[in-house]
Amino acid sequence: MELFTPDFGLVFWMFVAFILLFLVLAKWGWPVIIKSMDKRAATIDQGVEDARQAKEQLDNARDEAKKYVEAAQARQAEMLREAAKMKTEIIEQAKNEASEAARKEMDAAKTAIEQARKEAELQFRNEVGKFSIEIAEKMVRSQMKSDKAQTELVNKLLDEIEKN
Amino acid sequence: MSKRYSILAFLLTLLMVSPFSIKASGESDKEENENLDVKEIIFEHLGDGYGWEVPFSHVYRIPLPVIVRAEDGKWFCFSSDGLTDVVVIKDEKTGKEKKELIPVVKTIERDGRKYQFVIAHVSTHKDKIVQIFPLSEAEETEVMAKAADIRKSSNVNEGDPVVDGYVYVHGHGDTDGYYYREYRPLDISITKNVLALFIAAILVTTIVMSLVRYYRRRGLRAPRKGMGFFELLVSFVYYDTIKSTLGTGARKFGPYLLTCFFFILTMNLVGLIVIFPGGANLTGNIAVTLVLAVMTFIVTNIFGTKHYWKEIFWPDVPIWLKCPLPIMQLIEVFGIFTKPAALCVRLFANMMGGHIIVITLTLLIFIFAAFGAAVAGGATVISVLFTLFMLALDVLVSFIQAYVFTLLSALFIAMAQEKGEEHKIREDSTYDGIERKDREELATEEESLANVAREIDSVKV
Repeated sequence: MELFTPDFGLVFWMFVAFILLFLVLAKWGWPVIIKSMDKRAATIDQGVEDARQAKEQLDNARDEAKKYVEAAQARQAEMLREAAKMKTEIIEQAKNEASEAARKEMDAAKTAIEQARKEAELQFRNEVGKFSIEIAEKMVRSQMKSDKAQTELVNKLLDEIEKN
Repeated sequence: MSKRYSILAFLLTLLMVSPFSIKASGESDKEENENLDVKEIIFEHLGDGYGWEVPFSHVYRIPLPVIVRAEDGKWFCFSSDGLTDVVVIKDEKTGKEKKELIPVVKTIERDGRKYQFVIAHVSTHKDKIVQIFPLSEAEETEVMAKAADIRKSSNVNEGDPVVDGYVYVHGHGDTDGYYYREYRPLDISITKNVLALFIAAILVTTIVMSLVRYYRRRGLRAPRKGMGFFELLVSFVYYDTIKSTLGTGARKFGPYLLTCFFFILTMNLVGLIVIFPGGANLTGNIAVTLVLAVMTFIVTNIFGTKHYWKEIFWPDVPIWLKCPLPIMQLIEVFGIFTKPAALCVRLFANMMGGHIIVITLTLLIFIFAAFGAAVAGGATVISVLFTLFMLALDVLVSFIQAYVFTLLSALFIAMAQEKGEEHKIREDSTYDGIERKDREELATEEESLANVAREIDSVKV
């Protein structure tokens, strides 16, 4: 049957057309398309990978930042606590020092007062002595105006020395 | 949506009306329909031609170059215009004039000799160009005697029988018909199919090159719309079919297989377009599919590995199957040829089947026209609906057949690429894939069988 017998002319031209088409497309067509598609696929894959990494890095950075903030907060708290402690310490110390100083001052004052008192006492004693001597002198003078009295006294003193 | 439906309804009404109006215009149609030669029309549509039908005109042809080598080795190139003529035939009964295309003898004089060519009609080379030589009287009586014998033995009283080696050229008008001795010249004319082939090739080149240009211009940006669809097809064929079948060989065989796929697809689809740039039944022509199959055959066997040839001439089977009697070798060698032959016939039968069904369904209108207006109207609606459905199905089949051809070619090439030990590992990994492909092949086989069955049914009608 006519339909089942290949016609030479058509076979010939089909061969020519196919070979030409193949040569043209194999040289300038398909390699470019496939290369472009491969390249684009690779670029997209790379992009996805990059994005993933970027996200990872971002997450890491966020974690790190959080860590830093936490550390900073901890340190801040620590510092505050320390500062508070220091404050109390300083106050305590200051208090101590102040009380010490006050005590010393007081002691000094006490000794000074004591000394002063002693001095005053001494002075007073001296004064009292002086006064009593003077008074005694005066009294003695007034009593010793007569000779009799003077002799009596001398005698008496002598008695005494003798006794001793 | 409703607007679309109303347009569709309108078109259908038009279609229903048209046969009625045709009926009204003249009674002669009835006689014509009685003479309707369905087989002739189908074959004319499926076959090749030296000219290309001008859209919507049945008699006028776009002339194409005819290139032939005459009996004495001289080459002739002339326009197919000179091989046909349009004559006005007047119907004696109704007085209606009808234009008809008839073959005429093209006479060329060169170096004092006359060369005559004609498109044979009553000949073994039907519808092909033949060189003719007038007969001497003795020869003529001999041929006439032969013709009379044939007429007697086949009980045909009318017409002139085909006598082997001779062609009967009908006379027209006042001239009588004669038998001539015929010689079928070497014929590489640019026929309708050849031109369609070139058009398809140029179309494929244009599309591919425009994608290449897109890449050159736009770099890595993905193409959109049409180009995007084309790229989708390329990536579907290349990555999902070729690469998954051939693996590392994809780069080597990819261009061939891609060319095959897009050339076949384009030829299939262009063949479905009814008028001029399309309409040639290319992939439904065995010459075209034969060349494609031979190409796959060549590629498969040229690049076949040592292991491939070993599997053919010394396969891993019990020794008695291959040693005294080369049973397996015979089967394997036979297999080398049957594989591409199956490729060739599958594509050819599927596409031709589709064309036959569409034409037959369309012809139903004219067949039923003989039964009166109402029947013809109904037949028209049904025929158009079925034709539309079949054409839509053919678009799908076009794609599937192009894909199956490419897939099986890839598979055959891949099987010839096996390298011994790798073979077993590969077999495991691609086992599912191969099975799936086999199933697909079976499905298409079934489909083509169904096509043939439908075709037979419709021809019976």
